[in-house]
Order: sequence, then C-alpha cells, then structure tokens
Amino acid sequence: MKKLSLGKLITTVIVGFFSLLFISPLVWMLSAAAKYEVDVMKFPIEWIPTKWNLIENFKTVWLGNVPFGLYYLNSLKLAVLMTLLTLLFSSMAGYSFAKLNFPFKNGLFVLVLSFFLIPQESTLVPRYILIKWFGLYDTHFALILMGACSIPLTFLARQFIKDIHTEYIEAAKIDGAGHLRIYWQIILPMAKPILATVGILKFLWTWNDYQNPLIFLISKSKYTVTLGIQSFASQYGTSYAVIMMAALSTILPILIVFVLLQKQVINGITMGGVKG
Amino acid sequence: MVSTKTDVEKGRKVFWTNSRRESLVGFLFVVPEIAGILLFGVFSLFFSLYLSFTEWNLVGGLDAIHWIGLDNYKAILSDAKFLKALKNNLLYSVILVPVSMLLGLILAAVINSRVYLKELFKVVFFIPYIATTVAVATVFSILFHPTQGAINNILMTLGMSEPPGWLGSTNYALWAIIIIAVWQVLGYNMIIYMAGLTNIPDELYEAADIDGAGTLQKFFKITVPLLGPTTFFLSITGIVSSFKVFDLIAFLTSGGPNNSTNVLVYYLYEEGFQNFRMGYASALSMVLFMIIAIISIITSRMQKNEF
Repeated sequence: MKKLSLGKLITTVIVGFFSLLFISPLVWMLSAAAKYEVDVMKFPIEWIPTKWNLIENFKTVWLGNVPFGLYYLNSLKLAVLMTLLTLLFSSMAGYSFAKLNFPFKNGLFVLVLSFFLIPQESTLVPRYILIKWFGLYDTHFALILMGACSIPLTFLARQFIKDIHTEYIEAAKIDGAGHLRIYWQIILPMAKPILATVGILKFLWTWNDYQNPLIFLISKSKYTVTLGIQSFASQYGTSYAVIMMAALSTILPILIVFVLLQKQVINGITMGGVKG
Repeated sequence: MVSTKTDVEKGRKVFWTNSRRESLVGFLFVVPEIAGILLFGVFSLFFSLYLSFTEWNLVGGLDAIHWIGLDNYKAILSDAKFLKALKNNLLYSVILVPVSMLLGLILAAVINSRVYLKELFKVVFFIPYIATTVAVATVFSILFHPTQGAINNILMTLGMSEPPGWLGSTNYALWAIIIIAVWQVLGYNMIIYMAGLTNIPDELYEAADIDGAGTLQKFFKITVPLLGPTTFFLSITGIVSSFKVFDLIAFLTSGGPNNSTNVLVYYLYEEGFQNFRMGYASALSMVLFMIIAIISIITSRMQKNEF
C-alpha cells in the first residue's frame, strides 16, 4: 500500500470542503425538491428534510396543470433527432474533408472555418425571418433544420478521422469497397470514440438550449423543457419546492449522462478547447 | 459484339474514373454542412447587413422595408439603452473572465497533483458547466431571495445588517448574474487548465526541486508562464462568450431592474423579437458581430507575434 501523505490529505480535506460549498446550490435544490413548502426557506438550512414531501412534489410537476411530461418529450425528441443528424452530417463532412479529394475542397473548408467565428447570436434576426418565410415558424422542424449541423463538432470529427491510417482505406479499396462502404464499414466503426463525444456534446447543448426555442417556438404544446420551466415558475410563483422539483427533473438526465460518460464529455470539451 | 460491349464498358470507365467518383462522394458528403452554412451563415450575415440599413417591422412584407442608410448606426451611438447594455456587458466580461480564470487555474494546480480523489473533484467542479442554465437560474433566483434566501440569511448570520437585494436591486443584480456565471464557467476553465498542465514536463519541476524552489516559486516561475497559451486561449473564448451572455439574463431579470442587467444580446432580442424593429436589431447584430470579429482579429495577431 502506498503511504498516505499528510500534506496531501489535508489539502484533500480543504478542497473537499470547498467542493461541497461549491456544489451546495444543487444539493439545496435536491433537498428542497423533497420538502414541504413551509420548510424550504427555513434557516438554518435543513439539508436533509425532516418531513418528506417528495412524492407529492413529483406528482405536482409531472401530473399537474403544466404539461411538464409533454415539454420533456419535446426536448427529448429534439435532442435525439438533432444528435443523430449531427452525428451523420459531421462524420460525413469530417470524412470528406479529412480523406477525400474533390474540387474546391480547400475553399469550402476555409468557408466552414471562417463561419466557426461568427456568433450565432448575430444571425438571429435573419434566421427568424428565413424561418418565417419558409413557413416553419413555431415548428420543431425549424430547430432541427438549424441545429442539424455543428461546425465545432465537424472539426472534432475531421481531426479524429484524419488520424485514422490511410492504409485501412487503401486495403478496403483493393478489396473493391466504394467510398460509401468505406465510410460506413471502416470509418464509422473506427471513429466510435469521437462519435460518442460528438453525440453527447450535441445532446447536452440541445437539451440545455433556451435561446432558440424561445425565439422560434410560440405554442405551449411545442415548448421544450427549458421553456417549460419558465411557465412553471410563473404558474407556481412561490411554490419553491415544486419549482425545485421541476429544476431537478430538468437537470437529472444531463447529470446522469455526464456521470456515466464523464470521460467522453471532459475529453471532448478539452479537445475542443486545446485544439480550438 | 464482344468488342462493342467492351467499348461501352470502357466508355463508362473513362467517365467514372476513381477520382471522379471520389470527387462526387466527397462533394455530396459536405453538402448538408455547406448548405447550412450558406443559408444560415453566409446569406444570413449579408441579409442582416442589408437590413441594418433599413427600417422594417416585418408587417407588410418586403415592400414595407425602408432604406434609411446609416440612420440605425447613428441612432445606436446615441442610444442610452444600448450604451448602458454595452457598459454592463463590459463590466460583466472584465469581472467574469479574469476571476473565473484565476480561480480555475488555482483549482487546476491544486487538484492536479496535490489531492486524493482527483477524478471525483474534477467531476464535482465541472457539473455546473453542463447543468441546464435555466434550471440553475431558478435555483439561484430562490437562493438570492432578498429576505428569505439562503445567501442573505448566511450574510446576516455573518453580521451584515443590510445584505444586498441581489436580483431585484439596480446596484446588485448584475453582480448576482456575475456570481452565477463564475460558478458555471469555473469548472470549464479548471478542466482546460488541467489539460494544459499535463503538457508541462515533470522534469522542470524536478529540476526546480533540486534547486530548492518552493511551491509558490514553482507555480509562478514554471506553471504560470508555461500555461501562457492556455491562458491566452481561455481569455479569448471567455471574452467572446461573455459577449454572448443571454440565458441567465433573459430568464432571471429580463435586463432589469431599470436596464441594470441589460446586455448586448438581450437588447438585440428585445428590439428584434419583442419590439419587432428588424432593421435596428440587425444593426445591433452587426455591432455584436464587429465586436467579436475585432476581438478575434486582434487576438490572432497577438498570437502570431507571441507564440
């Protein structure tokens, strides 16, 4: 057994204390979601509720006046569809830019590169007008159309596919495989690690997105969970326990995805960071 | 007969050469991405530029667009609300970026080599960065409650007789937003700094140990300078994203009270999607675009010179 170093142990305790303090807002959310309304604002804070109201709060959120389940399904549908499309398009474009030769390739790549820098926020107005002209305002399709591609994620995919040895591709070509088959049967399986990262990041971003649904959706029946939580907050005003249950329900899938797949998430974000 | 067959085959082969086939597939594979960029990027940007010289409220279709030249831009320069939003945005950036980077650096250095349970701490500090902003915002809106919220209760216990009104107060609302933003982005900065730390060779620290350098000396003489590129990267991305702040403000304060938390993107949203002044909102978009472009250009020049 390795020797424990006292200095390291002390630092661990100090950092541990700060990490608890740091994460306390979310712990508070968790405990408030399980409380009766009167206990939520009690001070000193009851970190573990003395009286539990978890199930009632859960029922109010999921079976109450606000169709939270519907918002949830909408968010899930959008996140899954956009993730799948992004996986497809960014791996296709990544493969093409990394391994294939075609006319204007460099020019097109520079185009993609330069639009990396343009903030989405500065094209909100024209995109809104375009979507209205297409008759797609207030549809999920509009969000999917705008969110099916992701430039940063295409870069991640391209970077990874570039490092796949060309010999595999050459060998497949000798065996008579076409480019489609190479993409589907060689590149995609070999790119699994990066595709996992791309998929998770896209899912997180879409699930958390507030700005696009806010601007492009108006019917309550199409709301995503991020818009839903707002109508929740306005409907339930000071019913903090219920609102915290809604917030918890919103964050929970993200937390589960993150805790299960933290390596991919952290690596993906770091890769984007270090190479960005 | 045999010869014609081969001719046909030959003819096809000559047209669909391997390189042509590759060109076709290569091209088709980037079409979705390129189409998206052309429509929602290139076209949108030029359309926005055009609209910024017009006055248009969307009602009445294209015929109702009035060309007004530079009037929108002139109006922006003397628009008190815009100047207030710009000022707020600058304050937000100037506090958020350095504070979150400094704390991120310290955390990274400590967690990277001086604690047990490193992986666990990484996860804990990173959670706020991936947690849904609006859900986090609801939590903080309750914690920041001026009379009953946990934060002010703690401050009062610590002896502050009149704690700030936070989100409802013109003096403190922006600070409350900044605190939440620091909390959110800290883990990201920490993770990126940790990635930077792995690129610093251990030999340097060992050599410094032999020379008898202390912890702080090593931190300032080795860690900080060698993390220069990471610091540089984080400051650019930090500044750029701080000019795009929207969710927290739209959700928590709607730019209020009394515009004390209005920022560029939120003001753009108000003008475009609440007042439907498409021309003016487009001009604001172009200003935002120019600010971010200038930051990117200046920093890429600096990068070429320094690294």
